[in-house]
Formats: sequence, structure tokens, C-alpha cells
Amino acid sequence: MPRTDIEAIVEAVVAELRAGGHLSASAGDEAPLSTPSSAVSSTQAAASAPPVDPDPAVPHIDLPDPSEPEQRYAIGVDDPSDPEGLANLRAATTARITAGRTGPRPRTSSLLLFQGDHGVAQDAIYGTVEDELLERFDLFRVATVVTDQDEYLLRPDLGRRLSEEAKATIAQRCVRGPQVQIVVAAGLSAAAVNNQLAAILPVITDGLRASGVTLGTPFFIDFARVGVMNDVGEATEADAVLLLIGERPGLGVADALSAYMGWRPRPGKTDADRDLICMITDQGGTNPLEGGAYVVELLQQMLHHQASGVALRQATTGAES
Amino acid sequence: MLLRTKLYGHTFEFGSVKELLAKANEEKSGDRGAGIAADSVAERVAARLVLAEVTLETLRANPAVPYDADEVTRVIDDAVNETIFDEIRTWTVGGFREWLLADSTSGEMIRRVSNALTGEMVAAVTKLMSNLDLMLAARKLPVTAHCNNTIGLPGRLASRNQPNHPTDDVDGIRAEIYEGLSYGSGDSVIGINPSDDTVGSVARLLEMSHEVIERWEIPTQNCLLAHVTTQMEAMRRGAPVGLVFQSLAGSQKANESFGIEVGMLDEAHAMAKRHCFPTGPNYLYFETGQGTALSADAHNDADQLVMEARNYGLAKRYDPYQVNTVVGFIGPEYLYDAVQITRAGLEDHFMGKLTGISMGVDVCYTNHAVATQNDIENLAVLLTAAGANFFIGVPLGDDSMLSYQATSFHDAPSLRQLLDKRPLPEFEAWLEDLGLMRDGVLTERAGDASLFLTR
Repeated sequence: MPRTDIEAIVEAVVAELRAGGHLSASAGDEAPLSTPSSAVSSTQAAASAPPVDPDPAVPHIDLPDPSEPEQRYAIGVDDPSDPEGLANLRAATTARITAGRTGPRPRTSSLLLFQGDHGVAQDAIYGTVEDELLERFDLFRVATVVTDQDEYLLRPDLGRRLSEEAKATIAQRCVRGPQVQIVVAAGLSAAAVNNQLAAILPVITDGLRASGVTLGTPFFIDFARVGVMNDVGEATEADAVLLLIGERPGLGVADALSAYMGWRPRPGKTDADRDLICMITDQGGTNPLEGGAYVVELLQQMLHHQASGVALRQATTGAES
Repeated sequence: MLLRTKLYGHTFEFGSVKELLAKANEEKSGDRGAGIAADSVAERVAARLVLAEVTLETLRANPAVPYDADEVTRVIDDAVNETIFDEIRTWTVGGFREWLLADSTSGEMIRRVSNALTGEMVAAVTKLMSNLDLMLAARKLPVTAHCNNTIGLPGRLASRNQPNHPTDDVDGIRAEIYEGLSYGSGDSVIGINPSDDTVGSVARLLEMSHEVIERWEIPTQNCLLAHVTTQMEAMRRGAPVGLVFQSLAGSQKANESFGIEVGMLDEAHAMAKRHCFPTGPNYLYFETGQGTALSADAHNDADQLVMEARNYGLAKRYDPYQVNTVVGFIGPEYLYDAVQITRAGLEDHFMGKLTGISMGVDVCYTNHAVATQNDIENLAVLLTAAGANFFIGVPLGDDSMLSYQATSFHDAPSLRQLLDKRPLPEFEAWLEDLGLMRDGVLTERAGDASLFLTR
């Protein structure tokens, strides 16, 4: 319906109500907005709503946030056989279980929350990494040969190649041949770097330094894909490269970081030569402090066995190569 | 070699069979990124006009990667039934399409011809087919397999119970398994993608899922979708494995990027037959997806449909229980939007069935693709109509570990109800025994995971 039609109808209804004495002029202007907002459930909200007007033509709706845990994890199963047991199952995972059904379909609340989560994730994809954060950790900025976000999404091959300018900057500013070179990239979620880096990076650098590992000069790469590690390895001549990169956002968790690691990455190396710790986030994944400790442990193994990926797995399990 | 046509007065000429195949492909962002797509819509149609006249023997003689250089090409070509190939070698791709769709051509007849096809032939005919062509032809081609139950029978639609958890928490995954079972998901497999690909973690989840299967006497199997070498090590240590899994790609080089080779898969297959606990005889499970070879820079200038078709030829070597394309997982750089994802899902399902494997689809998308849940609900309906063997089931469509959206535990019963499908027969009987399903419809008890706390 066109907006002007809606406005006309609202005006007509309000005029009618005023004529009938149901509504004062000021209440008519404020009623839809004046309900006290609080995080109460919808039924409580309905019960406590001031009965400004019982006329159904004037809706009075003021909802709590359905993305808050209380509602997100509400149980929607009618008459469960073991209510307490079901609550325990509900508490065991952040996955969308015990939400119930109507016929074979989801209930209205879970359908709409899903749509809200998807909307927020889509809106969050195009964020940027804060300069302040990079300055705080002394990360200088270089880029791949990609020039904008659309090209980044459509041309992953370009996101694996450092620009000539980047290579020159790295040659100028970075220590050559460290044991571990750390690089950071937004990937598909700047929010991952913004939210997790400050927690994970000190754990990694302190942990590695404490065990006597020499670190390269860290930097940040714009428009990077995981494969950029090969160019980083070549440019820095590092024994091992660690790339902390934002994962593509999930539903309701848009800030998970991945840690990719490789032994002497050089052009031609593939995922099979890399190790990965994924889903590093304080929103239901591996929390960044713990994730940082795993990264340190894996890098130590990598340096010890001088191998990564499938080769490292074979070295550590003793399987034949 | 001359590959040329006129169209509306313009001359279009193509330099090689590979180029012709790529330009005949439906629009895919991956092919465009690789620089091999048609430059215009007219050029795409011109390529199809020429492709329709190419013979099947020409396609066999021009594989995407040369025989001597690629073990995937060798696996597929060496498996061609030469007697049947002699009967079809002079068929044109256009003629092949019409033969597939003709009412006088039965599924049995197609199944026989499947034994003489290479991936390039399968992909070529797919490029000439419309979406409805792909559905109608696939519907003719039921492929069944058996592990602890029978998948692929007409009138049946299975659901993989995919209870992933971001940190592999055993209790969390068990809760999700119960939830899925209560909706009738799990007849294809209880298949977990581990976050931690170590033997200890994988073995722990194999033990737990096997214990649920045993305790509830569920006619199904479990699977941990770790790297195949991790699963082999778990088997060596005696962990209970139902299906052995691996992701495949369409060239030797791309498979090397996954850390696999044919010899390794052969070994895994042999080990599965010695170690897996179910009845069998089909013990393998593969996942694939358009764009995989390109993402590993191992497509050898071939388009993503051709590379995908070659996956199925490789998979067939192992008589898999099930194969699915993870169609929208790879992202917008390969399949840009819902139109491309929908097309790819229909193509992949048809190509799998034409190759002769038990084919399902992970109907899915990521948050950076131009698609919504409505789009994949649409595709799931189309694929159910086309006879897909199974879909994925995750809680309300949201995989909390892999960060993508797929079909839900709710979707399998919805699709079954909508298009008159039932769960796999052994599993349906089990659901009826538990009182979760009656005459193909969920009962009042369904959807209550706490039911599984009672034994």
C-alpha cells in the first residue's frame, strides 16, 4: 500500500476516534510510542500496557529484544515429556534446538528471529578495521592487488597476491627470516579483527617469545584471502607464517576469527600444507585466550617438526607419509 | 579443428573444445572470474549451438586435463565400458539431450549408458538442458545404495542429521542429534563436521554417535567428516565408523590441495570394508561443489561445471552410499546469487544421477551471497520434485559451526508432506515404532528432543 494511503487511513481513523470522544488530541499523537520499554516478555508487556484504548484499530505493541538470550533460547516445545531434561539439552548448545514447531514448520518467533539474525549479518559484512586498533599493536597496513570490496568478493585469486607496493613496504619495514611471521587481515569480517584481536594477539606473542621463538614485524593486509600467506612467506622468508583472518559471518555470530598457519609457505603451497584453528570468538566458539594458546602450541609443533598441514599430521601421528 | 557458427548474422568461433564448453555454460561468477565465460549472452547461445553438434567421442578425446597428466582423468576414462561406448560414440550432445528426455528412453537404458560416460560428456549435455529438463531427466534416474538402510528409492527423501557444534562439545552435539531425530532427520546419516580434526576428538564423537545409534537401535550410520587420514587413524584405533568421508575435487592438482590422492582413497575404501560396523556394501560418503578446483587454482582453464562432473566420475569408483554437492557454501565468487545457486543445485543433482551415484544436495548459502532462506526452500522443493536422495538437516537451518545456512530439521518433514515423500523405509518403521510419525506425518510427540532422555 502506498505510504500516502496509509497516512490517509490513519488520519481518518484518528479523526473518527476524536469525534467519538475515545481519544484526546495529545494521546492520539503519543499513544503508539508511550509504552514504558523494558525487557519483559511479550505477555507481561501486554498485561502491563496502559489501556489507553481498547479499540483494535489502534495497536499498542512494544516488544522486548528477541535476540537477547532469554528469548533466543526460550523453549517452544508444547508439553515436553521431560521439561527439565529438555532445558538441560537446551543449555548444552547455542544451536537453535528445542524451539518447537507448528505442523512441520517453525514457530513464528523462531522464523522471525532467524530473519533478523540473517539481516544483521548481511548488514555487518562491509565493516572496516579500526585504525586505532592497528596502531595499538603497531601493525602497518599493506594491501593485495585487489582495489575494492566488490572485486574482493568476486576475485579471490587477486586477494592471494600482495601488491608490488606491499612487497616494497614489507622489504623496507620487516625483519627478514624470523621463525614466526604474524599477519592480520579482515577477510570477510572486520568485526572479527575488531572484537578478537586485542585478546588473542598478546597471548600469541607473549607465548611465543616466552619459549624463545623469534618474531617478525607484524602487519595488516587489506583485501586478503588465506592464500596470501604464500606471498607473505616469500616476502619475509619466515619459517612459519600465522595469518589471523576474519571468517565469513555466521548467523548471529559475525565476529569469528580463524588462525591459519603454515611451515615455510611459498607460492604453490595449498590448504593441505596449512593448519587451522577456526571459530575463535567469545560468542560461543573457542574464546580468543584459549585460541591463542592453541596457536602457540601448534606453531611450536610446526617449528619442531619443520612441517605443517598433512605432513605435520603424519609426523605427529607417526602415520606413513 | 573448427568450431564455428553464425547467429543473427554474426560469426562466433571457438578455439578448443574446452573453450566451447566453458562458453556454453550457464552464467557463473566463478567462470567469469577465471576469464573463461562467454563475453555476451549471444556468444553463450552460439557456443551451445556448436556444442549440440559435438560428438561424445570428441568429448572423450578432449578431457579437461590430459590423461597422462591427471589421475582423475585416468580413473574416469579407464572405467568407460568400451562396448557401450562404441554404441554411443557418434551421438551428438544435442541428440543425447533428446534421447535422455524422450519418453521411450527408460531409466534402465540411461543407467546402462552411464557406464560409458566421462565427466566432460555429462557436463556437456547438462549445459544444453533447461532447469525443468534437469529435473525431469533426474527423476528418471533413481540410484539406490545400502549401508544400514536403503537410500534412493522413489518416493523416499532422506535427511542427514548434521549436529555440528563450534567446539565439538559432546553434550551439545548429542542434544542436536536428539533434536534432529525427533523431527525424523538422520536416516541418511548422523554426520558431524568436527571443528577439531584430531584423532582423539574425532574418535570421541564417533563413540558418542555410535552409542546413540546402538541405544535407540536406529537403522542408520554415523560419520565424522574429518580428513580421510584422520578417520583411517581412528579406524586403526578401533573407533566405530559407519561411513568414511572425504571432500573431492575434479583434478589431481585440486585433490592434492585437499591432501588426498586416488591411492589414499583406494586404501580408505578397502579399510572401510574391513572396519565399518554397518551392513554395507556402500561405505563411502563424498562432498563436492562447483568452484572447488578453481579455488585451488587447479581447474586447468576448464569451467566449474566440467570440473564438478569429474568429481562424480571419481566418486563412482568407490560405490558411495551417498554424495552431495555443498552447492552454495563456496561463496559469491563462484555462485553469485540465488539464480546461480539454484541452477548449480539442479545441475549437480542431475549430473550425479546421470553418472550413477546416490546423489543428494546440501542446499545452502552463505551470508555474503545474494540469497535468503526463501531461495533455498525453493531449491529444496525443486530438488525433491527431481528425486534428490537426501538433504542436510541442521537446527532451524543455522549451522553453528560452519557459519552457513542450510535446510533445517523442519524442512525434511515439510518437503515430505508437500510432495508425498517418506523417510527411508527402515527409518520410517523406526519412527513409527517410537510414535514419532504416522502415515508419513509427524505426530504430537515429534519435535520433543527430551523423548530421547528416556532410555
